[in-house]
Amino acid sequence: MLRVMLVDEKPERSSQLERALADAGYEVVATLTGRDDLRARIAALSPDVIIVDMQSPSRDVLEDMRRIHEERPRPVVMFVDETDADSIRAAVRAGVSAYVVDGLKGRSVRPVVEVAIARFEEFQALRNELESARTTLADRKLVERAKGIIMRRKSLSEEDAYQLLRKSAMDQKRKIVEVAREVIAMAELL
Amino acid sequence: MTRELVVGITPLADCAPIAVALEHGHFAREGLRVRLSREPSWANIRDKLATGALDAAHMLAPMTLAASLGLEPIAEPAVTAFSLGLGGNAITVSERLRERLTRAGLPSAAPPEACARALARLLDEDRAAGRAPLRIATVFPFSMHGYELRFWLASAGIVPNRDVRLPVVPPPRMVAELEAGAIDGFCVGEPWNSLAELRGAGSLLVAVEDLWSRAPEKVLGVNARWLERNGEIHRALLRALLAAAHWCDEAENRPELARLLSTSHYVDAPLETLYRSLAGASHFHTFCAGDANFPWRSHAMWIATQMLRWGQIEKPLDLRAAAARVYRADLYRDAAADLGVPAPREDEKCESFGGARFDPARAAEFATSFAIADLRVASDELAAAQHAQVTDAR
Repeated sequence: MLRVMLVDEKPERSSQLERALADAGYEVVATLTGRDDLRARIAALSPDVIIVDMQSPSRDVLEDMRRIHEERPRPVVMFVDETDADSIRAAVRAGVSAYVVDGLKGRSVRPVVEVAIARFEEFQALRNELESARTTLADRKLVERAKGIIMRRKSLSEEDAYQLLRKSAMDQKRKIVEVAREVIAMAELL
Repeated sequence: MTRELVVGITPLADCAPIAVALEHGHFAREGLRVRLSREPSWANIRDKLATGALDAAHMLAPMTLAASLGLEPIAEPAVTAFSLGLGGNAITVSERLRERLTRAGLPSAAPPEACARALARLLDEDRAAGRAPLRIATVFPFSMHGYELRFWLASAGIVPNRDVRLPVVPPPRMVAELEAGAIDGFCVGEPWNSLAELRGAGSLLVAVEDLWSRAPEKVLGVNARWLERNGEIHRALLRALLAAAHWCDEAENRPELARLLSTSHYVDAPLETLYRSLAGASHFHTFCAGDANFPWRSHAMWIATQMLRWGQIEKPLDLRAAAARVYRADLYRDAAADLGVPAPREDEKCESFGGARFDPARAAEFATSFAIADLRVASDELAAAQHAQVTDAR
């Protein structure tokens, strides 16, 4: 069974990845953050594969271990198969890097990296969704405020105030929220 | 307007020309739309440049050579035509190590050679007493920091691979690790030496400027295949950076530069630290003056000699031809000419580190001349691989 070590600054993501790897039959020997002493932990646990979040500065520590001949931990090489440009690109896009103990390169390690890429992508998609939900809510609040200002200033109904906002946005080929933001800024100025 | 370009930077003071080119509209004036991507590791910079996730990047000068000489996992040659500045590194030691050196009779502000000799004596003492070797951190296997530190140590008879440990620590974590006692010193770029001093965590022992005045450091790196398709964009990037570098060098602009770089978009460190790095009494950075942006082929050749010396290059190579493929002085000259900025006519000059003169005409001899080395290439084979002239290497 391959022994996998995770280095991830985001515990929500790494716990999901841990479970996914365990389900796929891999042993996760440790989940660390960049504040742990990687060198010592790798020496103690001798993982076969190390999956690293690209947002972790610890990558450069691992890079160094690839080259040091005199130190105890076996040298690690980056990625699964250096000739497989597509999987490297997919990993970089997903924000995952993988270090593999030399000699283990090839087919046996690849699925581990694929599980990691899938989890990282899923996590990112979820974040983007949350982010966009949050922006929509914030945008809606801005439009509401602008509507309120127009209703008071122009003594319009809510519906008419909204139509006015919408029309001026369309005329200016801009988003409604941008116009709303301007209305609010103006109101604060006057 | 072109498509959006993504330029990678790392949190170090010498990303200054890129920061200023963006913030002061130099990129925009060249019709370039640029987004910066702040990367936490050099490995990210390398991989994102190799896979096209970055168009160009703030890069350690030796990384461009390492990528092109096949020393990295992804076989994607990198190229540079622009040095982002010169100098900026220093060797800082913990307060504890500084006290030991002082007790051993080393005065403050001693010359670098005296510091190295004093350190060598302490290491002998430690070895005799069976103590663990001192740990002095650098930033990446292919870095000027690593070569500078090793050159300085070896000059006093210290064998880097035997007498000390040289771990890699990401620059923003250097000071914390020094405070925690996880390392005894480091060789790093600014503002991290200044931060260690301001926090009382360490003392600056050697400014690299005193070993090699105007040493190569960071470059703007691009992928070689990207460059083939984006020659005009690259030339425009260089023009914007030249204008920005010029601004960065003016003494009256340094306080403003310090303010800009201290923000979380760039270095994310206290303002007074950046102020000390850029506008303080010690001179760390040259961003433009004296052709600082010119990609001297002799810089790349010196770097390659150290890669040979420490066993990173394991096959004989023609040093000048290899350097010429990576350091594209011709492209710099084109961009400089567009702006009417004069550029050196020569591609090489003699360099000097701690009094060790490097004549690029005798690069192979230099590479194999060191008593303390980890050479993997036979000197006669290396000599045989040199050719007198660069027959158009591109």
